[in-house]
Amino acid sequence: MSSLFVNQTSNQSRSANVSAESDASEITMANTDSKMLEGNPAYDRRRKLVQRIFFFLFRAAAAANAIALLVIVYFMVANGWRAISWEFLTQPPMESMTKGGILPCIVGTFCLSFGAIIVALPIGIASAIYLNEYARPGKMVRLIRLGINNLAGVPSVVFGLFGLAFFVVILNMGVSIAAGALTLGAMSLPVIIGSTEEALKSVPDTYREASLGLGATKWQTIWRVVLPSALPGILTGAILGISRAAGETAPIMFTGAVFFTPKLPTSIFNEVMALPYHIYVLATAGTEIEKTRHLQYGTAIVLIALVLGMNLLAIFWRARLRKRLQ
Amino acid sequence: MANRRQNTEKSMQAMFFVIATASISILFMIMLFLFKEGLPIFKTVSVTDFIFGKYWYPTSDPADFGIFPLIVASILVTGVSGVISIPLGVMTAVYLSEIAAPKVGEIVKPVVELLAALPSVVIGFFGMVLVAPFLQRVFGIPTGLNLFNASLMLAFMSIPTICSISEDAIHSVPVALREASVALGATQLQTIFRVVVPASISGISTAVILGLSRAVGETMVVLMVAGGAAMLPQSIFDPVRPMPASIAAEMAEAPVGGEHYYALFATGIVLFLFTLLFNIVADFIAHRYRQVGEASL
Repeated sequence: MSSLFVNQTSNQSRSANVSAESDASEITMANTDSKMLEGNPAYDRRRKLVQRIFFFLFRAAAAANAIALLVIVYFMVANGWRAISWEFLTQPPMESMTKGGILPCIVGTFCLSFGAIIVALPIGIASAIYLNEYARPGKMVRLIRLGINNLAGVPSVVFGLFGLAFFVVILNMGVSIAAGALTLGAMSLPVIIGSTEEALKSVPDTYREASLGLGATKWQTIWRVVLPSALPGILTGAILGISRAAGETAPIMFTGAVFFTPKLPTSIFNEVMALPYHIYVLATAGTEIEKTRHLQYGTAIVLIALVLGMNLLAIFWRARLRKRLQ
Repeated sequence: MANRRQNTEKSMQAMFFVIATASISILFMIMLFLFKEGLPIFKTVSVTDFIFGKYWYPTSDPADFGIFPLIVASILVTGVSGVISIPLGVMTAVYLSEIAAPKVGEIVKPVVELLAALPSVVIGFFGMVLVAPFLQRVFGIPTGLNLFNASLMLAFMSIPTICSISEDAIHSVPVALREASVALGATQLQTIFRVVVPASISGISTAVILGLSRAVGETMVVLMVAGGAAMLPQSIFDPVRPMPASIAAEMAEAPVGGEHYYALFATGIVLFLFTLLFNIVADFIAHRYRQVGEASL
């Protein structure tokens, strides 16, 4: 098994030899095996049965994902569709959040997630351009990639702590759209970089060569040839980034979202309500958790529709792009 | 003219390089602020007492800051969720790249992506209002908000990560290897177990580690579903309080600059180190053992 690993640091051809040798010895063994088993109907039947059992298990595992998604969405919709009405979507919460709508939450989530993408998109695209167009493989690139991978792995609540300590307290923004959007933006950065890089990679090198061959500089090539071709892919990534930011709760709990505010924001230094935080608050912190159940389901449906809708859009768009490239 | 173009070119490259280091800078600043706000707690509590102390009573007087039950809860919740998510995730990946008809795959893949896209607060809410009462009824336990429920919800949050990275790895195994195996008379299943999976085991391991790392840091699910008791659990149906849940639940009440505030940031340091370790190990495996084929891990 280990012979199938190709150790990067060792001489490639030598390790290839080693793996070829050990493969050869396995093949001889398999031969002696099959001499005894060849044409043995019992063995054939058995291994076909085993295969059928395992394939069934693999299918079941894949089906489990689909079932989980369906059960969650169905359950939310079945319990909450009655809560959805025009008033629910256009009114602020009333009577200590036991009645009324969720307009401030929708507006707040909109501000926070678009703010996040405004922060993350330019930085993310520029990082991806550097990594894909300018950088030569080496220690620096390795370090930058390690940084991006680790940033992607930082727990969302730790982003919240960082946002609290830096944006809210040190930069004195207070709990505000600005602080929340910056925190969410830092969190979405790896997603944007990843999808932009994928989009840049899908631009054929012949485009770049043609442009350079006509005498354009590298920057002119990137700006006038590479970026326009990669734009749809980059936008798909941006949509995914927005939907991710819209669904996050932990990073905005201490930085952007509050329990309750009836006012709609007028500046980026206002605090806001947000859909995910509203669900959490109603479901755990209220004094009348049971009484507001329908509002909780309703808010959850709106959030699911928003997030899954954006994702479906991105998935279809990407599928069309891939087809066009092929 | 040519000179000016070259100057623009150079300054452009320099600018992109500076922006590309933003991710490292942010990571560095996250560490800086965690340590700046977390280390002061060690003036009152020793590092050993903090990590191995069995009692977490941050608001009583005198306060107890021992996060051992929180660490144990995080490890247990992640471990149990791994028992569910690793087989399901890897098997789904094998199904998608080896067995599924292209048409079916085109439906299942988006389903897995949508599962990944579900906001964690929605999954937490689902665990609270549907799964918890169900577990309570079926197993006759005092509360459905417990270690097992949290693990189950976390598993479905990490399956998409495990599945998509594993699938990438499995998909990149050259077709020639499969053909050789089948030509020698192996069945498709034998080919999967003896050729395809061993050839992509490095990518699969990376996928598993990143999936677990996601589970250990996930906040809303454990906050809403794990039960919140800062005690060492005796059984899988006991309520627990993993680290992220403790931070998220208490931060609102902890006054900025107080001992409790410092203790929560110190908990954040421990949590951050956990995920950092996971990610560095994953990165190490991905680079040290190159995958057979061209997976972009």
